Amino acid sequence: MIEATFVTFLVGLLGATLRVATPLLFATIGELYTERSGVLNLGIEGIMFLGAFVGFAIAAKSAEAELAGYLWLGLGGAIVVGLIMGLLMAFFSVTLGVNQHVAGLGITLLSTGLALFGFRMIFGQSSVLPSIEPFAQLSIFGDLPILGPIFEQYLLTYVAFIVLLPLAWWLLYRTNYGLELRSVGENPEAADAAGVNVFRVRYITLALGAALMAIGGAFLSLAQLGAFSPGIIAGRGWVCIALVIFAKWDPIRAMWGALLFGGVFALQLRLQLLDLVDIPFEFFLALPYLVTIAALALAGRNVAYPGAYLKAYRRE
Amino acid sequence: MSFKIERIPAPLWARPLIPLMAIVLTFVLTATLILLANANPLDAYYYFLIDPLSSRVSAIEVLVKATPLLLTGAAVTFAFVGGYWNIGVEGQLYAGATAATAIGIHMQNVSAWIAIPLMLIGGFVAGMLWALVPALMKVKLAIDEVVTTLLLNSVALFMVSALLNGPWRNPISQWPQSPDIAATAIFPKLIPRSRLHLGFILALVIIVILWFVLTKTAFGLKMRAVGLSPHAAQFAGINVQQTMLISALVSGGIGGIAGVSEIAGIHYHLIDAISPGYGYTGIIIATLGTLNAWGVALAALFIGLIDTGAQTVSRALGVPTYLGDVIQAALLLVTLGMLLLQRYRITRTRSES
Repeated sequence: MIEATFVTFLVGLLGATLRVATPLLFATIGELYTERSGVLNLGIEGIMFLGAFVGFAIAAKSAEAELAGYLWLGLGGAIVVGLIMGLLMAFFSVTLGVNQHVAGLGITLLSTGLALFGFRMIFGQSSVLPSIEPFAQLSIFGDLPILGPIFEQYLLTYVAFIVLLPLAWWLLYRTNYGLELRSVGENPEAADAAGVNVFRVRYITLALGAALMAIGGAFLSLAQLGAFSPGIIAGRGWVCIALVIFAKWDPIRAMWGALLFGGVFALQLRLQLLDLVDIPFEFFLALPYLVTIAALALAGRNVAYPGAYLKAYRRE
Repeated sequence: MSFKIERIPAPLWARPLIPLMAIVLTFVLTATLILLANANPLDAYYYFLIDPLSSRVSAIEVLVKATPLLLTGAAVTFAFVGGYWNIGVEGQLYAGATAATAIGIHMQNVSAWIAIPLMLIGGFVAGMLWALVPALMKVKLAIDEVVTTLLLNSVALFMVSALLNGPWRNPISQWPQSPDIAATAIFPKLIPRSRLHLGFILALVIIVILWFVLTKTAFGLKMRAVGLSPHAAQFAGINVQQTMLISALVSGGIGGIAGVSEIAGIHYHLIDAISPGYGYTGIIIATLGTLNAWGVALAALFIGLIDTGAQTVSRALGVPTYLGDVIQAALLLVTLGMLLLQRYRITRTRSES
């Protein structure tokens, strides 16, 4: 009897871990690519927020107009707005070459302000949060005994782990684009001398990276919640900034980091409900940040930042 | 025809004009949003910029709103001038607010002359301590401070939330709200029946100290040298590590004072929403004020005006108050771009034949 309860608990926990890790994996891969090209994009928190909002707003309005693929239209809108914010970040960090962290925070503040402004404009100040019928969970192995619930996931979760992750690894380490990307992030002068267009590679990478961040945000509003609220991202973007460092800028390690955080987060929620331990749940929420800072301190001077991290490139 | 960027510094007289040009350009850009909200941009700018100053009550409110911004703007400036990119003022503010609350609730039967200085010292020290770990990691291990200071902001919020859901939770209402600080620990009001409090004077004093330290002292010169080029400063015999450490810690301390001021001047108890992002707004203010003490003061007053005006615009024209946030963020980005004009000039070149 006790074993059965424990197995149910564990299966539920694993399923929830994958769900929590999904938006983090999308956005972390986006930030990881961006940083590998030599740019820190602190716009991530705001871009996730704007992606969540634009995805939701388009989906809600399309659903009202009774368009069949309203969720996909929302996701498409989130990707477009992500690309735009990525290009804006590239304009500041690549073309103008201003302070990346200040520009990134500016992008976060701008995206957050725009999303909240848009939310009020479109949905007014109603006390009931507007909602939509979100993406359904697939049950590919649903009839599997015991383990079935683990595989009951959203399509985007499958995409994140089975398509995005291998693709991100292959693109980074096995293609010409990946080589160019890593070279402009390590040594832009040498890359330039070798005929790589540093500006173009960074522009493409920042746009793609920000689109992934926006998908991560839209996963929350279009799949997990079916709603949008001002607290929807709640620092997940900053978690991704920590995960990229934790992952030492490697996609596979980023997956383990996202799963680890997802697991701790899901466990924390369950322990809170059970009221078993006397540790404040906030401690678990702060854990990824503290672990990252500790990992940085322990690695000390050996932290392998991309060579051109935070450095603008000017041809002079 | 193409464009070329040349390294030609702008003449000195033109430099204060850059933030003004940035403000004008930002207003032109954000006019689109106001039109989307079916309002006339000119009306909106009247309510943003003029209307708050037309009545005594709302003009005082501008100063109330500017108080935390003067402090976080000064905190960010102190770090940035010294070449330390402290993105963690938000967390340092929460650390200072927590210390002020912890001290303030135990100040029953203690004179205000003791309670208030104790809270200020406590808040300053707490802000410094919150800034200490990233600062040490920066100077001792050369670990980039941008990410570490940023991550500690979230940790500070979780710490406050844990206190408010734990030992400080209101036992009767069960609200996540700390007990009130003692009456003697509350900042006196500067003008009766208004919200303007002692914190505003403190903030102005800190701005003057900032100006004095940055421009009139040997330490300020060292800070600016380190900020411009740590390597060159090292060659000139400046102790770069020590200078950077002090600017980081003092910056954190000023951030802590901002937290004290909000607790003792406005809220009288700790809640998790004491700051709607004042630490981040401090970065906008430091940038708009071009890291100059008087510029920071003007920028804080201007953002205080925008914050007050956003509510007026919302009431008068039905434009969401978030327009104010968009304007501030756009202003940061536009200023950041335009400050390049200080050092570079864009010239047109004929395409090569």
